[in-house]
Amino acid sequence: MSVSPAISQGSAGQPAPRKRRRLSRKLAPWLFLAPGMFMFLIYVLIPIGRSVWISFYQWDGLSPAHWIGLENYAELLDDDAFYTSLKNNVIWLVLYMLAIPLGLFIALFLNQTVRGIRIYKSLFFFPFVISQVVVGLIFSWFYAPGFGLFYKITEWFGGQGVAVLADENLVTYGIIAAGLWPQIAYCMILYLTGLNSVAPDQIEAARLDGAKGIKMLWYVVLPQLRPATFIALVVTIIGALRSFDLVSIMTSGGPYGSSRVLSYYMYEQALSEYGYRMGYGAAIAVVLFAIMMIFISGFIWKMWRDERGL
Amino acid sequence: MKLLKTAAVAALLAGLALPALAQQRTLTLNTDASDPAPKAAFDQLIKGFEAENPDVKVVVNIFDHEGYKTAIRNFLTADSPDLANWYAGNRMAPFVKSGQFLDVSDVWEENGLKDSLAPALSSMTIDGKQWGVPYTYYQWGIYYNKDVYKKVGVEVPKTWDEFISNCKKFKAAGIDCLTTGTKALWPAAGIFDYLDLRTNGYDFHMKLTNGEIPWTDDRVRKVFAEWAKVVPYTTPNTAAIDWQDAVSNIVQGKAANYVMGNFAVATFKDGGMTDDSLGFMDFPEITPGIPRAEEAPTDTIHIPAGAKNVADAKKFLAYIARADVQTKMNQELGQLPINVNSTVGDDPYLQAGFKILSTADGGIAQFFDRDAPAAMAKAGMEGFQEFMAKPERLDAILDRLEKTRQRVYKN
Repeated sequence: MSVSPAISQGSAGQPAPRKRRRLSRKLAPWLFLAPGMFMFLIYVLIPIGRSVWISFYQWDGLSPAHWIGLENYAELLDDDAFYTSLKNNVIWLVLYMLAIPLGLFIALFLNQTVRGIRIYKSLFFFPFVISQVVVGLIFSWFYAPGFGLFYKITEWFGGQGVAVLADENLVTYGIIAAGLWPQIAYCMILYLTGLNSVAPDQIEAARLDGAKGIKMLWYVVLPQLRPATFIALVVTIIGALRSFDLVSIMTSGGPYGSSRVLSYYMYEQALSEYGYRMGYGAAIAVVLFAIMMIFISGFIWKMWRDERGL
Repeated sequence: MKLLKTAAVAALLAGLALPALAQQRTLTLNTDASDPAPKAAFDQLIKGFEAENPDVKVVVNIFDHEGYKTAIRNFLTADSPDLANWYAGNRMAPFVKSGQFLDVSDVWEENGLKDSLAPALSSMTIDGKQWGVPYTYYQWGIYYNKDVYKKVGVEVPKTWDEFISNCKKFKAAGIDCLTTGTKALWPAAGIFDYLDLRTNGYDFHMKLTNGEIPWTDDRVRKVFAEWAKVVPYTTPNTAAIDWQDAVSNIVQGKAANYVMGNFAVATFKDGGMTDDSLGFMDFPEITPGIPRAEEAPTDTIHIPAGAKNVADAKKFLAYIARADVQTKMNQELGQLPINVNSTVGDDPYLQAGFKILSTADGGIAQFFDRDAPAAMAKAGMEGFQEFMAKPERLDAILDRLEKTRQRVYKN
């Protein structure tokens, strides 16, 4: 009895292998995708959903959460600190883009065969290797009132030193300058690798046609660097939007909150010593997520188009 | 990083819990005593307790001082120790109100702590019950450079007017009258607290931090008016200066006065100052006749609601409240004992602090960020920082603080 099902399966299963093959062909991709999808679900989708959910509550992380609907968002609309953060995020986004042309410029400059060029290249790449925390510390000493180099220089020129990190109008630009330092190096490396794959025959042909300087760069070299530009754009936008470490190290959002960005404001409200307004922090996170989503969907749309060869 | 640390602590906890012997009861204590002096003080405290209670083994988990503030919220709800240290005043209110701390009024009753720990009774009481036992505090006041005073030829001021007129002389000599570093926000709150305590008194200050008085009140404006008098004589750009960097202004004689807590004495001395050059004075009088109040942040020990060994934990609280224990512990800490029968070490700053605290008939405040709830404290301290940089924006600052007050104290 116990044997018969096996036999019957074998005998009646003349078409079964094909069916099974078809089934397994359908199933296999899902099986291979399953671990990744599982991780994505646990570490990305569910937390996003939870964050949105928490943003409708008033919750200090200890006491029971209390449903308040859209009140957190209503408060955001009336919160000066939120607008300051939003404005700073926009400034970050715009000025961080400078890293791309500057990185390209340095890459073009370094893309030559001179004795010891590798050393120069690695020196230019050096800031990207340093941790953001160290970059932040170096720049806060650079700006420090009293003993900072920058302060001393401005004191020498203008009589009175400029304490960048204590000035509400300058502080964000001061931090962005610190952030640009490693970001330019990053873009430079991307362009250097891109320049390696520029086709020499096209350059040659362009030269025969009399293209030179800017024209050569704009019409011949840059189009070939498009993949590098795309990646540089993506990492720079994401880098600008998630700027947190430099703000935290250099100013803690100060002076009086004027250098906050959304991610730092979210941290302050939800997780810092004086925070623990989980709902409000989550609401800020949702707004930041929505802004990021604009860019992310743009990128996905472009990649999808490229893949389909449009 | 934080996750790793939590995991490491969890592993440590599991590792430590296993070897506990069956007949010996264990008592776990979580503390932020990570600096050398507090660590030595806790070591010595626990040795003393174990000597008196040989059947109890105290297991200590030491956390990094800053990380502790986050960690406590996790371990209170997840894996509760039997004892945890924290701070008095409104800082413990969130844990009391969410039922994370045990009511220990019985320990206070049985050991007569209401008398012996009287200076801290009000800051340990919420809803008429006591929620922990205080073991140390330290005074705030003005630390000054005696050499600078001598050089400029001014006397240590008794009143705020004298202080301001001294400032003019310091300015003429190219010295900042008052220095501070408000990068971490809280040093500005020390100045505000004292100005308010001296202008309006303890009761008003407590009502203000409790949200019972609008920030746009005229009496609050009076405090800022007093503050405005000293702003021109204060080190510029304080918002970009760490409090330790401001210490070097005093050490180098670039500034004369610094409103600080007694813990800064160690930093002053590291910079090369001695008892001969570093002076301490009580914050000068502003409104004559109001009872003198002082500021002294208090550190405390609590029993979490999830404690497994409550009986021994209460024994521990009774032990740490004792006069002789607090004397010994605070000698190690370099701070002041709360117990009125304790004695103070012969350090001149501690002696001075003990004198002003034990004679403060107005009351003893904790500190702005411990008396006011977190959200109010944060907004307030940012406002103070902004006021020091842009005193002309006072109206906008006060309106903003009032808006925050109406939101924070609503529930």
